[in-house]
Amino acid sequence: MKNKDLYNYILGIADNTLILGQRLGELCGHGPSLETDIACTNISLDLLGQTRSYFQYAAKLKGEDATEDTIAFLRTERQYVNVLLVEQPNIDFAHTIGKQFLFDVYHYLLLEKLQHSKDVNLSAIAHKSIKEVSYHQRFSSDWVKRLGDGTDESKTRMQDAINDLWRYTDELFHTTASDEAMIAQGIGVDVKELKTSYYERVSAILDLAKLDIPESKWFQEGGKKGIHTEHMGYILSDMQYMQRTYPNMTW
Amino acid sequence: MSEEKIKSLEKQFEDRILRDEKIEPKDWMPEKYRQTHIRQISQHAHSEIVGMLPEGNWITRAPSLRRKVALLAKVQDEAGHGLYLYSACETLGISREELYEQLHTGKAKYSSIFNYPTITWADMGAIGWLVDGAAIINQVPLCNTSYGPYARAMVRVCKEESFHQRQGYEIMMTLAKGTPEQKDMAQDALNRWWWPSLMMFGPTDAESVHTAQSMKWKLKRKTNDELRQQFIDQTVPQAELIGLTIPDPDLKWNEERQSYDFGEIDWDEFWQVVKGHGPMNKERMNARVSAWENGAWVRDAAIAYAEKQKEYKSKQAI
Repeated sequence: MKNKDLYNYILGIADNTLILGQRLGELCGHGPSLETDIACTNISLDLLGQTRSYFQYAAKLKGEDATEDTIAFLRTERQYVNVLLVEQPNIDFAHTIGKQFLFDVYHYLLLEKLQHSKDVNLSAIAHKSIKEVSYHQRFSSDWVKRLGDGTDESKTRMQDAINDLWRYTDELFHTTASDEAMIAQGIGVDVKELKTSYYERVSAILDLAKLDIPESKWFQEGGKKGIHTEHMGYILSDMQYMQRTYPNMTW
Repeated sequence: MSEEKIKSLEKQFEDRILRDEKIEPKDWMPEKYRQTHIRQISQHAHSEIVGMLPEGNWITRAPSLRRKVALLAKVQDEAGHGLYLYSACETLGISREELYEQLHTGKAKYSSIFNYPTITWADMGAIGWLVDGAAIINQVPLCNTSYGPYARAMVRVCKEESFHQRQGYEIMMTLAKGTPEQKDMAQDALNRWWWPSLMMFGPTDAESVHTAQSMKWKLKRKTNDELRQQFIDQTVPQAELIGLTIPDPDLKWNEERQSYDFGEIDWDEFWQVVKGHGPMNKERMNARVSAWENGAWVRDAAIAYAEKQKEYKSKQAI
């Protein structure tokens, strides 16, 4: 493939939105209230809509018989390059919100820069998506504050979720060889440069939520290299079920 | 209030309905009218919310990204319908918590169709095509019902339902012209959903207890049997068009009536499911109750936080 680095770079963004959207989709109909149910479904819809734009572009680059669906559904686990954070399970609403919040703050910073990408397709997708992500960020931050500064129980749960998920945040700022190639060409965003603002913004919200900022310096990584947590296989067996059971059909 | 006064109010009330005027929340209304509307609107709202579950069951497994997004959007619409129907119901002086309580304790009913399992992808097509198709036939007349908030909610609901119905039919059409395996999947779904869809119109007119009163209040414009016939006449040609067979050996065009004759509905099955013994009654209710119970701490937190914010703001004001 001619544009292998660009292709990989797109997957690095879109696998995150795909897997987070998939995870949120699990909750549809089971939320704590009708309003949160609608909001979470809405975020899932936005993320999957963005995923489609990225994958349609990636499919063009790949050529042959590639489509958004072959990319989304027909890779092996080791070929997915989403960060570990987004594949974490919805243990309770605090974990769902915690995961969303820790991703949204990053996602917004990323898109802010990606809007200025030299690649017009990526810049256009970023431009459209940032409006949606700005809402996601507000929604998840508001809930972090509500849960953090709500009742004793909600505070404990929210703090536990942040503590559990913190170890997956550092990976957001790692780069692969393809990322570096794209950064060098002015197409990709250098996520290493987002790290300081990210932790500042996250800490500011956690402060307002009266939650402690975790001090642990032990982080997990692997997703970007296709080495996932044990959850990933189960996500894929659900997600790929139809495509694997009934190959080469139109739906 | 004297009996005479009530009689005169009732007379004025019935006259307004006859003149096709809308009844609004602050207007005087007979207690029975209020209760009947709470029962029907909440039953409708509950059906939307419980109805999210059988389709929600396929969101993570939808066969393409396009289908996944469309299914999510559809289930989200249903949540939205639930939301404005609960709001319409609340205008009759009952809270959402009370309504949920009635659902969770089994006091309030919801559409029995959602007590059947969704076991293949084709069920997403069959539900859209048949279940939403039947729902529209039941619901279109409600856009002109006498209670204002309900009628207005229904206008919006019906628009979205008709979109869902087309989307469901399109899923079935795609399967029907697909591989033999896909066509079998579509036919199997039609076989399983056909009869329960016919049951959605309720018992036969002879057995229906609420029909007469509901017709008077324009909560109903046609009887159960009339609506069922309309559904069958509309759906049979749609099935033929995509090469699927309605699973009823007695189905036959009646030239004289210009309508289809159809076989006997299994009313024992209907009552079994209504009484709570359908294949999924227990699971659907468990899912609703546990969503509500597991969400209690979240709702409590939201209230506590809002109170703290109010307190904080009033302190700032001083």
